[in-house]
Amino acid sequence: MADGSMTNVFLAAVLSPLLLGVINRTKAFFAGRKGVPLGQAYYDAAKLLRKGMVLSRTTTPVFWLGPVAGLAAMTSALLFVPLGGLPAAVSFPGDWILLAGLLALARFLTVLSALDTGSSFEGMGASREAFFASLTEPVFLSALAALSLKGGASSLNDLCAFASTLFAENLPAAVLVAAALFIVYLTENARLPVDDPNTHLELTMIHEVMVLDHSGPLFGYVVYGTAVKLWIFGSIVVSVCPLFRAASAPFGVLVALAGLLAVAVLTGVVESVMARLRLLRVPLLIAGAGVSAVVGAILLTGVGR
Amino acid sequence: METLLAALLGILLSAVFGAISDRLPGRWRRLAPAGLVVSSLLGLLPVLKTLLQGEISAFRLPWGVPGGSFSLLLDPLSAFFLLFVLGLSSLAATYAVEYLEAGRTGFFWFFFGVLTVSMSMVTLARNAVLFLVAWEIMTLASFFLVTFEDEHLPVRRAGWFYLAASHVGTAFLLLLFVLLGRGTPVLDFDLFSFPAAETLEAGVLFALALVGFGVKAGFVPLHIWLPEAHPAAPSPVSALMSGVLIKMGIYGLVRVLGFWSVPSVAWGKILILVGLSSGILGVLFALAQHDLKRLLAYHSVENIGIIALGLGLGVLGKSLNQPLLAVWGMGGGLLHVANHAMFKSVLFLGAGAVARTTGTRDMDRLGGLLRKMPWTGGCFLVGAAAITGIPPLNGFVSEFLIFCGAFHGLKAGGLPALFSYSVVMGLGLIGGLAAACFAKAFGAVFLGEPRNGAEHAAREAGPLMRWPMGILAAVCVLVGLFPGVVVEALSPLLRQVSGLSPADFSPIKETMTGTLEVVSRIAFVFLAGVLGLWGFAAWRARRGAVAKSVTWDCGFAAPSPRMQYSASSFAQPFTDFFRGVLRTRFPPTVLRDLFPTESALHTKTPDVFHEELYRPLFGRLKETLLHGRRLQHGRLQLYVLYIVATLVALLVWSRG
Amino acid sequence: MSAWDQALWVAFILLNFLLLGTSRLSVCVRVLSAQGFLLAALPWLSSSAITGHTVVLSAASALLKGLVFPWFFMRALDAAEVRREVEPYVGFGASLFVGLAALGFCVWLARALPHPSAVSNVALPASLFALMTGLFLIVSRKKAITQALAYLVMENGATALGMALLHWEPLVVELGILLDLFAAVFVMGIAVYHINREFDHIDTDRLNYLKD
Repeated sequence: MADGSMTNVFLAAVLSPLLLGVINRTKAFFAGRKGVPLGQAYYDAAKLLRKGMVLSRTTTPVFWLGPVAGLAAMTSALLFVPLGGLPAAVSFPGDWILLAGLLALARFLTVLSALDTGSSFEGMGASREAFFASLTEPVFLSALAALSLKGGASSLNDLCAFASTLFAENLPAAVLVAAALFIVYLTENARLPVDDPNTHLELTMIHEVMVLDHSGPLFGYVVYGTAVKLWIFGSIVVSVCPLFRAASAPFGVLVALAGLLAVAVLTGVVESVMARLRLLRVPLLIAGAGVSAVVGAILLTGVGR
Repeated sequence: METLLAALLGILLSAVFGAISDRLPGRWRRLAPAGLVVSSLLGLLPVLKTLLQGEISAFRLPWGVPGGSFSLLLDPLSAFFLLFVLGLSSLAATYAVEYLEAGRTGFFWFFFGVLTVSMSMVTLARNAVLFLVAWEIMTLASFFLVTFEDEHLPVRRAGWFYLAASHVGTAFLLLLFVLLGRGTPVLDFDLFSFPAAETLEAGVLFALALVGFGVKAGFVPLHIWLPEAHPAAPSPVSALMSGVLIKMGIYGLVRVLGFWSVPSVAWGKILILVGLSSGILGVLFALAQHDLKRLLAYHSVENIGIIALGLGLGVLGKSLNQPLLAVWGMGGGLLHVANHAMFKSVLFLGAGAVARTTGTRDMDRLGGLLRKMPWTGGCFLVGAAAITGIPPLNGFVSEFLIFCGAFHGLKAGGLPALFSYSVVMGLGLIGGLAAACFAKAFGAVFLGEPRNGAEHAAREAGPLMRWPMGILAAVCVLVGLFPGVVVEALSPLLRQVSGLSPADFSPIKETMTGTLEVVSRIAFVFLAGVLGLWGFAAWRARRGAVAKSVTWDCGFAAPSPRMQYSASSFAQPFTDFFRGVLRTRFPPTVLRDLFPTESALHTKTPDVFHEELYRPLFGRLKETLLHGRRLQHGRLQLYVLYIVATLVALLVWSRG
Repeated sequence: MSAWDQALWVAFILLNFLLLGTSRLSVCVRVLSAQGFLLAALPWLSSSAITGHTVVLSAASALLKGLVFPWFFMRALDAAEVRREVEPYVGFGASLFVGLAALGFCVWLARALPHPSAVSNVALPASLFALMTGLFLIVSRKKAITQALAYLVMENGATALGMALLHWEPLVVELGILLDLFAAVFVMGIAVYHINREFDHIDTDRLNYLKD
């Protein structure tokens, strides 16, 4: 099992808020603004951790459980996410099921803590989040399972390594699976065609509205957890890409970080050039990702030999 | 074995005592449940011994019934199911003492005891006649328990529904055993002769078993009795029925499949298809329900589907001679049987506690109960998290095993790979939908503000109701934290159902427990993270200022609890997206006048299979059979003529 | 087969899914046009030799399916002044799901059917899938114009099947089919136009008024 290093975990712990900064700066560039500092998420999180809290009288300890367990689940999930050529800290057959499970755990408790406030806005956000997530989960799993169809790999490490070789062997399948994973990345991280992280109207929010009532250290956890989640899915997308995999350690780290930077910039570009989809159209986007994963899988079963 | 029989006898005696206890003074009345619990716990000793050590013990008495023999056998498979029959019966009985409180409960205890004993006999019986007799007693006893509150019309209706469905199933089983035992005078299981698995004959046998046991288990589309009977029954009975009674169907299926050492590939595929449809449709219908217990009943259908997925993979593995697939699939399916027994009972018991104190099961009328009932709410939360299959709880462990089984299937290539792929996708979808459904159920009932005012009177359940829930929830957590230990303990069972030699089996088991050890370590990392983060936030909260305020109301000055997102609104995106399947009905609200005053919206999601398949089918059947009423005219002479005619015809047929 | 060839076939499959999932009529028309060009490009990229047969076919396909028919449909859309939505009987999500199931079936069917071993094994399921998509669209969509579109999708499937079995089908048959098609689209276009003039809409579900 444990064959990798903790490098990825440390990198994520230190650098993940930077990704949010990069996305914001990219969007600012497209909008012709100067934009917030790259390290804004660090300042936010640090400041929030030092602040006091406002708690609603309606809430129970479940309200605490959302951010706390959310961040704990994200950091434990980091343990088995590879980064480019760097293997994950822990790797075992089926670890990506545990990854999906931990993400589901974080989401479940976040949804509950939103419902705990009794606010109709947060209930609305929770309902939409639960709906989209329930469609995204099978897509995520079927994209990864497609990769294990031919390579026979069963841990996230091996799956990503196999996927990156696939680009040379079976380009269409590789592109299809990678596209599905990228849409999952956008959906899970509440990015643009699905959810607008910058919206200012509670009615249109999904992810942001669920944490309206959190404040102080709890909201600090939420901000930091968002960054770590972005890092997790970003690393998966990067590790699947053959471009950002290099074997030797110091160089490998740099290449992988460059990959994450590229993914963040790409996210910023997507957010700048696309409008948000109507809520009713989002399921079709996710279903489209599912179609792409399944077609990839069918190609991998040997149809496209 | 003798200890076990003594324990069963003890339960039976307690049951009989219960039947007459209504005439006794109050304190004596508790003797029946006490005897039941003590005997059940006594019976657990030999069961655990067999389960953990793989020791097999038999018991046999001659029996005068044609084709019958009183032949019992306790092997790991029986012991595994018995563990839950006896364990859950004792917990449900403890709970029921407080739940039922006053009134004539003797009737209840009698059938409760009989149900426990008959379920035990079902798992032990090795003779078809004995099995069917136990099966029928089990059905009847549970029918009387379902209709315990028979002063309500819906309860009586549900009871008949259940009875009719069960008997249709039994008819198939009767045919199955008659076909299996054609060659032997005594219908003992070990005397049966089996046609080769790929023949048409074996296929017919499998189909009979699938339908016969499937009715009890609740496979779609045979599930329609579950959402009727579970809400009607008293909660401890619902817990017992959902926890173990429907598992008797799974037991029967596994037992019958075990007759073939190499089953047919097609059976595995059929089980996977059945599992997918039960799992996905079950959870979809659950999402659309308003009644908490009805929702839980549909989740039983979903979980039975997950179990079928595991079994299907296991059967595929056995028939393709892929031991890895067989062990992981079967293991996941059976472990899910155990896990479902635990978390579903906790949920039903919790739902019962809520319904008992608030007087309603309608989720749109509940809310904010966690502050009034922290114990019940906490246990319900553990059960809800476990059933959605998220770590670090037991539901995740069994789904993880099934997923891993599916990976082994993916490598097999060809159609098995396609089926394994659909298992992965289906389980993902089921997991996501179940999470949404239980976020809705827990959120609507326990979180937020009370919606209706009925909760002001809500009170936490007493100790006899709290402890069973607490124990079950604790077991859910423990199994989730130490899955490796559990699989190690179940290894005699897994070896039996996978049919492998010890030499083949042990390396597979080693990798299994090894993987689960890692999962368990990650779970502890997670828990440490939760503790650390919570501690930090609490420390900050103590040092810094914590202001208590109202929930953010977006500037609206007078928020009221009725403005909360309700359970129905939470489920609306789902019911809308899946409307093609669910057919949720929105009776149109008519607005009159320029300034309409009040209006209301009611949605209803009746079971599609009930509405579109069974109702028309049985309607036709009734029309056809009505012609037969001409034979039923009330004239005694003609009835005697029927008898004579039949007798003569039989004589001619047998001699001629 | 070359990687490009395979990529084109995959694109062909995905275009069919786009047809199933989109709600815009104009997108449907563009997809058809793209399919026409794809079919025209296919023979050039596959490993088989280029003959006069392929040149003629590919040119005809690009011209007719890539340009003429789409232009014709766009004009019909404008002339009929219909709402630019597809109006399905079966929802788009469900259609995608049916599409997946159909694709799985086609993969199975392509393996089960006897065919020459030289045929690339994406081509056969892909072309069968186009046939299925066309059939499903005819069944599940309301407007007459969608049905004309779906008919063309089916025809694309048939052409693709011909491409897949290129060496076994004479040129004359192909050209004959194209000619038939041209006539059929022409007739359908006129019919749609007239239905529209008569009824002010082109919903087929109201055509049953004509039955008596």
